[in-house]
Amino acid sequence: MAISINGRDVALPDDPRVSLADLLRDDLHLTGTKIGCNQGGCGACTVLLDGARVLSCLTLAVQAEGRRVTTIEGLAEADQLHPLQAAFIAQDGFQCGYCTPGQICAAEALLRELAEGLPSYVTADITAPAPLSAEEIRERMSGNLCRCGAHPGIVAAILQVAEERAA
Amino acid sequence: MIPFSYSRAGTAEQATAAAASGHRLLGGGTNLVDLMRRGVEQPERLVDVTGLSDDIRPTPQGGLMIGGAVRNAALAGHPAVRREYPVLSRAVLAGASAQIRNMATVAGNIMQRTRCAYFTDAATRGCNKRSPGSGCDAQGGFSRYHAILGGSSACIATHPSDMCVALAALDAQVHLASAAGLRVVPLVEFHRLPGDAPHLDTVLQPGEIITALELPPPPAAMRSAYRKVRDRASYAFALVSVAACVTVDRGTLTDIRLAFGGIAPKPWRALRAEEALRGTPATPQAIAAALALDFAEAKPLDGNAFKLPLASRTAMAVLADLIGDAA
Repeated sequence: MAISINGRDVALPDDPRVSLADLLRDDLHLTGTKIGCNQGGCGACTVLLDGARVLSCLTLAVQAEGRRVTTIEGLAEADQLHPLQAAFIAQDGFQCGYCTPGQICAAEALLRELAEGLPSYVTADITAPAPLSAEEIRERMSGNLCRCGAHPGIVAAILQVAEERAA
Repeated sequence: MIPFSYSRAGTAEQATAAAASGHRLLGGGTNLVDLMRRGVEQPERLVDVTGLSDDIRPTPQGGLMIGGAVRNAALAGHPAVRREYPVLSRAVLAGASAQIRNMATVAGNIMQRTRCAYFTDAATRGCNKRSPGSGCDAQGGFSRYHAILGGSSACIATHPSDMCVALAALDAQVHLASAAGLRVVPLVEFHRLPGDAPHLDTVLQPGEIITALELPPPPAAMRSAYRKVRDRASYAFALVSVAACVTVDRGTLTDIRLAFGGIAPKPWRALRAEEALRGTPATPQAIAAALALDFAEAKPLDGNAFKLPLASRTAMAVLADLIGDAA
């Protein structure tokens, strides 16, 4: 009866009402994960569940039993910046920073989805691997809102890392 | 949220037994958990059914059988769906966000509540769907997202699924199980119109669960498209959406199936327009005239009357593309 969170086994909460976001923040003090709307509208609480991006505010912690959760704290190696963290800094991908952990977790999953050739709503030919473009990244990041309006920098940062990985 | 118990069902038999004993079924939770937190839904017992079938496999008839626990993202990304039923991939990809599509299940998408902002505002608003007899604050309210067809004086909420609009156009069948056995219901008959009982969204009976969704084989040379019109470019419910599946032979529409989202309490098949257009060249004027047959019974409000011309023009544009591409 445990969840693996950033490589560490964590006991399930006794009360099934506890969301994964609340478990991370209140019980484990992994406060990188943010709660914006708490109703699935903003993406600030995005984490990776078995590598796939999900909303931790709408996930009951008990639903994650036996699964692997990665938060912003578990993304980078030791004290190194993750390439996306470095790119967000280089490209001015944030202002207040509140949405940034969710943006970066979502972006990490997005890069994997693109590498797997998965289509989006704006992909012209959905039977072929989707191309890399700013339009594709904007569509695929639409679940993460930024009230500061740093979206141009966010898209540029993700494009930068996608190009680095493709090189 | 009120306290509730949580358990998991590993088989359809366990899930039907739990449903029969009053458990609410939990898929990805993207609608139910949200409504529970808002106090709109107050189940005391949840059974998690995401461990049930998440297979997508070919049927002997040449269609596809899609397990109820298949995640929306897995459905949209499946090679056979992308190749044979592109309208379904496109519709799923038009819905919600990447995060929600990773969580949401196919059965849960079908079972998400037909709803509006007055339904979800449990603290201050009257809603016959949430509390039967408490009135409908949407009537005379902000009706931009409400139904123009199929509503009643009790309720004018819309079913927000994009996936279901494509399924309606594809003649999908919903497979149901209960202790009494199995039955199959066409997707277009699965959701109810509100009438005087808007708290009932579907024909699902107590103790019954969705086990799978069946797609019939795609007609040879079928061309299909899904187009969604909304207030922002992505991650918003449809004002109007159109799913169209057509077969074109030398400029003539030999087959057409047309469904709309965003305009009714359920995915809306335009059967009269289909009948009028089948076997014709489907000129823009003919399409507009054919759609007028389906929209004749529309009861638009001041806030959503724009949906009538928008739905008609969106369908005309989608069909023009499909017919033009086939030429």
